[in-house]
Amino acid sequence: MDLHLKIWRQKDKQSEGKLVSYDLRELNPHMSFLEMLDTLNEKLITEGDEPVEFDHDCREGICGQCGMMINGIAHGPLKNTTTCQLHLRSFRDGETVLIEPFRSEAFPVKKDLKVDRSAFDRIISSGGFVSVNTGQAPDATAIAVTHQTAEEAFDSAACIGCGACVATCKNGSAALFTSAKITHMVLLPQGKEERNKRVLDMVTQMDKELFGHCSNTEACEVECPQGISVLNIARMNYEYSRALFFRQKAK
Amino acid sequence: MILNSKIPEGPLEQKWDNYKKKARLVNPANRKKLDVIVVGTGLAGSSIAASLGEMGYNVKSFCFQDSPRRAHSVAAQGGVNAAKNYKNDGDSVYRMFVDTLKGGDFRAREANVYRMAECSLNLIDQSVAQGVPFGREYGGYLNNRSFGGVQVSRTFYARGQTGQQLLLGAYQALMRQVGKGTVQLYSRHEMLDLVMIDGKARGIIVRNLDTGEIERHAAHAVVLATGGYGKIYYLSTLAMGCNGSAIWRAHKKGALMASPSWIQVHPTSLPQSGDYQSKLTLMSESLRNDGRIWVPSKADETRPPNEIPEEERDYYLERRYPAFGNLAPRDISSRAAKERIDAGFGIGPLKNAVYLDFSKAIREQGKEKIQEKYGNLFDMYLKITGYNAYNEPMMISPSAHFSMGGLWVDYELMTTIPGLFALGEANFADHGANRLGANSLLQASVDGYFIAPYTIANYLADEIHTGKISPESPEFETAENNVKQQIQGFMNIKGTKTVDYFHKTLGKLLYDYCGLARNEEGLKYAIGEIRKLKQEFYRDVRVSGQGDKMNSELEKAGRVADYFEIGELMCYDALTRNESCGAHFREEFQTPDGEALRNDAEYQFISAWAWAGENKEPELIKEPLIFEEIQPTVRSYK
Ligand SMILES: Cc1cc2nc3c(=O)[nH]c(=O)nc-3n(C[C@H](O)[C@H](O)[C@H](O)COP(=O)(O)OP(=O)(O)OC[C@H]3O[C@@H](n4cnc5c(N)ncnc54)[C@H](O)[C@@H]3O)c2cc1C
Ligand code: SF4
Ligand code: FES
Repeated sequence: MDLHLKIWRQKDKQSEGKLVSYDLRELNPHMSFLEMLDTLNEKLITEGDEPVEFDHDCREGICGQCGMMINGIAHGPLKNTTTCQLHLRSFRDGETVLIEPFRSEAFPVKKDLKVDRSAFDRIISSGGFVSVNTGQAPDATAIAVTHQTAEEAFDSAACIGCGACVATCKNGSAALFTSAKITHMVLLPQGKEERNKRVLDMVTQMDKELFGHCSNTEACEVECPQGISVLNIARMNYEYSRALFFRQKAK
Repeated sequence: MILNSKIPEGPLEQKWDNYKKKARLVNPANRKKLDVIVVGTGLAGSSIAASLGEMGYNVKSFCFQDSPRRAHSVAAQGGVNAAKNYKNDGDSVYRMFVDTLKGGDFRAREANVYRMAECSLNLIDQSVAQGVPFGREYGGYLNNRSFGGVQVSRTFYARGQTGQQLLLGAYQALMRQVGKGTVQLYSRHEMLDLVMIDGKARGIIVRNLDTGEIERHAAHAVVLATGGYGKIYYLSTLAMGCNGSAIWRAHKKGALMASPSWIQVHPTSLPQSGDYQSKLTLMSESLRNDGRIWVPSKADETRPPNEIPEEERDYYLERRYPAFGNLAPRDISSRAAKERIDAGFGIGPLKNAVYLDFSKAIREQGKEKIQEKYGNLFDMYLKITGYNAYNEPMMISPSAHFSMGGLWVDYELMTTIPGLFALGEANFADHGANRLGANSLLQASVDGYFIAPYTIANYLADEIHTGKISPESPEFETAENNVKQQIQGFMNIKGTKTVDYFHKTLGKLLYDYCGLARNEEGLKYAIGEIRKLKQEFYRDVRVSGQGDKMNSELEKAGRVADYFEIGELMCYDALTRNESCGAHFREEFQTPDGEALRNDAEYQFISAWAWAGENKEPELIKEPLIFEEIQPTVRSYK
């Protein structure tokens, strides 16, 4: 099949970017989207041009590194799918495909399709953990967790940190990402002790990183490759108010 | 050179305790005077960096991805082993030790393997405390399943995303230390050389992948936790960025490489479907608990699988290995698949696959149960292939997956370079010639959480009076210049072929001549071809862009340059081992019914290799393996 690509090319953070057109012919529909970009890059290199920079690693939907806007949709047309798990059979022969980086104030473009998502790491660093040192843990059976709770915690823990929720949100909010971690931790007995401090610190950090506020548009859940539910956001809001209340009381 | 494995005194069960009793400590006040570099943020790297940070050392943590959370450990699906015996089905540290040693075809050190089994108990506790949501029984207790090659249920899992959850636990512990300032994080940085001063590892040269800048980092000890090099085959289950460069550059500075040719080929990956393909996706091995593997009993079968009646199917694993059947270890299952495919019974468009069939399991347990157990894997299969595996069998085929080889380390996980440690898949330890499923997450984690914190401290105890290491020394200067020269070299070639072309060609050579099966003639041929390909690379590769800017082609060029040399060493290693064991199947050494023929009398040793220089035959140094506790037996899964 043939595709016409329009790809965002931007030399570096400072430079202005623009869309550049490329034509690819006789592509195999079983190819993944990233393999299509590999094919384009092979062509560009042999023709003496610079290849398109894009982030990727595992190519199996789990590392969260690949991510781009495809025809205006984070990770492309398939629901709940990372870019690397998208295949050309999801496109029409001869289609024009627009490829851009994830856009958000908190995710500055580094080059072409690569953006800086280190803000997510700083959010985790501010409180997304259980404060347990190595070698102090009690026997694992000492902490009973019901099957349902473990599964529910897992649903939230499954976030791959890809940033599609931010990119797709009109406010550039990181609420889905942050709330997923808060929910994962607060559901489990291990994470309960630090629940107040965690939610206050993480939300503060999220604001510092220039992410926007959540206005309940729910676009994030639709694009999230892990299907993380917006109920996590509701829980984060509850936890936040609860923590404020207890902080108030402590004063 | 005589290799000293530093195995502690005493009976097997007490060796690790004895070591810990005698290991030296560093006074908490002195720890902040000591700097440690950790390269890699997978399970091994994150866990050691977090542990050392907690203890109060100054730690610098490096990875090439944009966030430590993306290290390749994140991709592991099936589970992690621990001898907890929660199922009361007869498991114990000793049994796990025996299974692992036997699974590795008696080519691993007893003391290391025992220690890994021993530490497995703590790992589950540690991860649960961190909030890893392992699968649970309805009553709230942890659940287990059994995994390829083992007859007890000792595998803990978090759906099909165990590696992800374990890694997130370790990553969060790491980020907690970053927040506290005990660990400095350098993501998007690639180590390009090791710096040695007076024979000791004292630092690294890295490239900032965002800016292209070359940086120097000095420390009292360097830890490499850089994962495996199975991506050398190009098509593999590994992430695109996985590589052997960090360990290889250390090797060229004097660290020995052990057992490089032992690369595990996983039996249940998705088959290759075309030339454009960049990787082969793994379908978790846990599928083999319920799926049955078969090929048509008639060659060149054209009917779709559901139209082939039961009596015309060859369940070859159940036929050849009745005791283990579909759960036979990976090397055996992979080879059996290759044997059927080579004999003309392969299925799929390229005739390069076998069926993995769930129809019986769905009939007996119901679709819902199967969906609960493997739902995400079936979804993934549908996304990638476009086929629905609830309605027809999956197509699977063997693919390169895990490197058992790596830097040689002693019991302390220290390489032959003082102050240079290697952890996780980057070292050769514990798995012998074959790795059992779910033991690798375990090894990477226990290396980082429970073993290296003691052994590195033992080393650092001598370093308290060294004072700060200066990155301004001539040794750093030279290393930096060499790195810059190499980069300029790649940029100057301006040839006609892409880096990927060379990587794919090398990978194909290795699959054909140093893959699931090897023979003397093929290996000698491959060595010659690899050298030719390497020459062509240095003559004709094209790296576009600039050397001092972000440039992923340049990153790849450096890795492929090292792969040529690693590939050559793999062939030497395979050539000098005149026996078949585990992942290493030399066609000349097999039983009449096609099983591996080990030669304990002559090959009961670890092959450790020293770098002799460009295009020179490497030097082989042997570490004899001494078995005190169990005597090697023939590994039979019949
Ligand atoms: C698809 C798949 C499924 C698997 N499933 C299982 C399973 O179910 N159970 C199991 O036990 N094992 C499994 N394994 C194996 C297991 O995941 C790995 O062996 C293990 O995670 C390796 O961990 P590690 O910490 O040693 O390295 P990795 O997690 O690979 O980490 C390597 C780190 O080193 C960094 N790095 C590498 N080179 C450099 C450099 N030059 N400079 C800077 N940084 C560098 C990388 O950025 C990364 O952070 C699986 C493997 C694969 C590929
Ligand atoms: S919540 Fe979903 S979309 Fe957002 S980072 Fe996590 S996985 Fe990606
Ligand atoms: S490359 Fe890892 S999720 Fe796509």
